[in-house]
Amino acid sequence: MNELVRMTVVLTGLATIAGGVLAAVHSGTADRIAAQQLEYVKGPAIRSIMAATTNNPLEDSFQLSIGEEEKTVFIGSLASGGTAVAFEEFGRGFGGDIGVMVGINMETETILGTAVTVHSETPGLGAKAKNDRSFTSQFEGLPVSATVAVTQDGGQIDAISGATTTSRAVCEAIAQALERYQMLHADLQKTVN
Amino acid sequence: MAKTLKQEFTKGLWKDLPPFRLVLGLCPVLGVTTTMENGLGMGVATTFVLCGSNLLVSLLRQAIPPRVRIACFVIIIAAFVTVVELLMQAYTYPLYLKLGVFIPLIVVNCIVLGRAEAFAYKNKVSSSVADALGIGIGFTLSLSLLGSLRELLGNGSLTIWGDLSYSIIDVVPSFQPFTFATQAPGAFVCLGLMLCIINLIGK
Repeated sequence: MNELVRMTVVLTGLATIAGGVLAAVHSGTADRIAAQQLEYVKGPAIRSIMAATTNNPLEDSFQLSIGEEEKTVFIGSLASGGTAVAFEEFGRGFGGDIGVMVGINMETETILGTAVTVHSETPGLGAKAKNDRSFTSQFEGLPVSATVAVTQDGGQIDAISGATTTSRAVCEAIAQALERYQMLHADLQKTVN
Repeated sequence: MAKTLKQEFTKGLWKDLPPFRLVLGLCPVLGVTTTMENGLGMGVATTFVLCGSNLLVSLLRQAIPPRVRIACFVIIIAAFVTVVELLMQAYTYPLYLKLGVFIPLIVVNCIVLGRAEAFAYKNKVSSSVADALGIGIGFTLSLSLLGSLRELLGNGSLTIWGDLSYSIIDVVPSFQPFTFATQAPGAFVCLGLMLCIINLIGK
């Protein structure tokens, strides 16, 4: 009985201390990790979408709360004088969530560009969604009112062959971004101007 | 007969050199040694976990009841691995992206659990830390060595850290990179060659 108590106490104590230490390290590094992700994951995506902006979208961003969610919206000034916004949405892919950064030109109300940020899809198949231009270029120029879906689901996007689930997930993320853009249009307009 | 601290330290560098002499912890050895930098990063991360877990296990060896010792070791090791993972995300993000799932997998690295069970639980703190440092540095050197061999053969270059890199083409202009060495089957072949050389020397 005595030994049983001792085992329980030691294990519980160790687990509690470990949990406390981890929580402290986690909250201590959270800001730096977010900054690193901005630099190495979201940064390249933003730069590829907003290559032609006159400002640095990574520095011009603001937080927008949607319900309970906090979203970072990146703002780019276009050479034409208009403004573009970009934010990240997620779709459910084959190997987990796929993050897609969606850039929208607020002047023409069309998609400026999209870029996959995080994914864990099969290399050579679903992973093509990140770099295959013939797939990613299909989204550019679509109006924000468009229904984004793969052709199998009655949409206009040709899926990557062998990776329909991934293509669907990307479409799902982009469709959600467009929906959210329309919902928040007034808010965005106010903040940007 | 107690050994000196120096003996505890140096045994990890040759006699008990983890991947090549004991042939332990081969999962990261095969998985991450595509370049020298990856091998070095993985080795340093493992060394940190090894030192931390050996230190704590040795400190708490009177308090940990024998029947739940493995569970206690796993909690300690898992905590250190998570700390390493968070620190790598915060400070060396590109390396973290490359090493990926192998960092959390340090938890199941048999070297770490092996040292806790076979050494730290039975020895005093100073020798446990010396043992961890020796084994860790031996592991790091082995990974770096295998990583540089594979990188040299496969890419014809050697990246020490960041932008500091050398190309074999500068020395031997007719060198053709042998991509096979950086792929998974190449890992087995290179490891086999290393084991062969180490065994020849050790004879």
